[in-house]
Amino acid sequence: MGALARNGDFWSGLALAALGAYIVGTARAWAYMSEDGPGAGFFPTWYGSLMIVLSLVLVGRSVLNRAALPASRPVKWREVGRAFSCWLAFVAAVALMNVLGFAVSFALLTWFIIAVMARRSQRLAISVAVGGAALFYVLFVVLLEISLPTGYLF
Amino acid sequence: MELLTGLLHGFQVALAPASLMMCVLGVVLGTVIGVLPGLGPSATIAMLLPLTFKLEPTGAMIMLAGIYYGAKYGGSTTSILLNVPGESSSVVTCIDGYQLARKGRAGPALGMAAIASFIAGTFGVVALMLVAPPLAKVSLAFSSPEYFALMVMGLAMVVLLAGDSLVKALLAMLVGLWLSGIGTDLFTATSRFTFDTVELLGGIDFIIVAIGVFAIGEVLGNIEPHEAPSMIPVPKGLRNLMPTWDDMKRCRFAFANGSIVGFLIGLLPGAGATIASFISYGLEKAVSRHPEEFGKGAIEGVAAPEGSNNAETGGALVPLLTLGIPGSGTTAILLAALTLWGFKPGPLFIQDSPNLFWGLVASMYIGNVLLLVLNLPLVAVFAQLLRVPSYAMFPLILGVSIVGVYSNASSMFQLGLLAGFGLLGYLMRKLAFPTAPLVLGLVLGDPMERALRQSLMMSQGSLAILARPIPLTLLIIAALLLAVPLFRRLNAVRMQVLDNET
Repeated sequence: MGALARNGDFWSGLALAALGAYIVGTARAWAYMSEDGPGAGFFPTWYGSLMIVLSLVLVGRSVLNRAALPASRPVKWREVGRAFSCWLAFVAAVALMNVLGFAVSFALLTWFIIAVMARRSQRLAISVAVGGAALFYVLFVVLLEISLPTGYLF
Repeated sequence: MELLTGLLHGFQVALAPASLMMCVLGVVLGTVIGVLPGLGPSATIAMLLPLTFKLEPTGAMIMLAGIYYGAKYGGSTTSILLNVPGESSSVVTCIDGYQLARKGRAGPALGMAAIASFIAGTFGVVALMLVAPPLAKVSLAFSSPEYFALMVMGLAMVVLLAGDSLVKALLAMLVGLWLSGIGTDLFTATSRFTFDTVELLGGIDFIIVAIGVFAIGEVLGNIEPHEAPSMIPVPKGLRNLMPTWDDMKRCRFAFANGSIVGFLIGLLPGAGATIASFISYGLEKAVSRHPEEFGKGAIEGVAAPEGSNNAETGGALVPLLTLGIPGSGTTAILLAALTLWGFKPGPLFIQDSPNLFWGLVASMYIGNVLLLVLNLPLVAVFAQLLRVPSYAMFPLILGVSIVGVYSNASSMFQLGLLAGFGLLGYLMRKLAFPTAPLVLGLVLGDPMERALRQSLMMSQGSLAILARPIPLTLLIIAALLLAVPLFRRLNAVRMQVLDNET
């Protein structure tokens, strides 16, 4: 069970089987076939069903081959952690845009990536963050007149 | 005569100052992103697409196409100097290009890559110009059943060559089909999979998925610290970049091989530039009088794949423009761009939008000349980009992604979706699910469902309508393609192609 629990195919197969079941289940509420031809539920029923079958194949293969799935391909949690940290920083920056505006949120995101993730000096991180945000603001808002999220500050 | 008139008209369009400027911008941007490892044309085109909505469509398309084929020129620089492919289709150039550079022949290798790219790229455009109009006329006979079958075959081809696992590729495609189905059904006005969210009634914008999966996913996938490989310097002076006469003579067959193989592979959905470059490299080695030199710095080992990956562009544009069927992630984004601008790629595209078609063709002739100039005397300038640290690139990509999505919809909800699809793109990479089938499923899902439902409406629900000669043939081909993994020998060939690609 240990190897299986760490197997991405097993879990992604289960997740996709659940998605397929949701698609088929939801599509049942819509007409499959009407007098005018196929209804709204026709196409989703087919691809949802196919998704369930293929996901179960993926799960089944993971279970049957679990002996052949040793820790030879171990998950590098540190790498995954870094990617998730970056993603969370991105989500936080997007969430903060309504409050701080694009320029400040983007500067904070840039600072985080350079200072925290790439471990460069604060001086470099702050100057790239401020310079980058100013460049984006001038290029997109001032010159190209593209509207960007605004907050209380910008 | 019709061709000549069309081409002359195209040059009038492409040589207009605004179009010319967009062409220059596109090929320069393409070269830059081709040089930079980790940022591909799909991500760049997806990020910039929303910013082109304010532009005139012909100019915008000329620019996006310039990025597409310009990246293939730029990719060779990184392969030769760094032994790291700047662009996936330049991976095979590392083999002999880097060996040549180590032997002190970086200049001729870079020069040969540019010359071969120019020759084969131009051949690809000539072939596009010759093949697309007659194919468009033939496809005028196509109606809904034929289109449905054609899209099924296209998806089957992409799925077959998308990754090691056919099951995963099919699942990625099905998720794409599901995403395309989110929103209001145009036949019955039923809201499908909207989770009672008003913002989803209009469906999920293709741009958000493309930027999320390609651009954000790429940043998350590359965020781990990498050891910077050492770069071989570019020789100074144009003379030191030019291959010798003997090099040119040795590469005669490589030019022809790269041009023809690249174009033909480009016509096939799913195969793409990387596979084209591997096939032409293999062919070159097979017919060479000095096969033992391959892998140790054979100049033909640079010319054949570099030519091939550039000729592929012309081939890939044929089904995209005449049938409305994209064969890769990048051409899927170009199809979405054309649709968003109000064009209908398909049999009537050349007839209805001659400015765009012929302007694009002419711009590609001009673009190839520009790229030859950019990649010979200016290659040293572009090589300096390799000194830009990746941590400076990541905020730039994330920032442009946010601007791209927000400028299109001005909605924080869409930015939330962008973050979600970014995570999906990363997880797909980590779990080895190919992304191209998802994007193609998303682009083709809606027209495919429409074609199927229209077909069944025509036949009062009878599937016998798909048994007409053309759809039946195409569906049988699709079934055979998907059955390839069941045949040990054929699957071995497929796995060899995929191994080469990765």
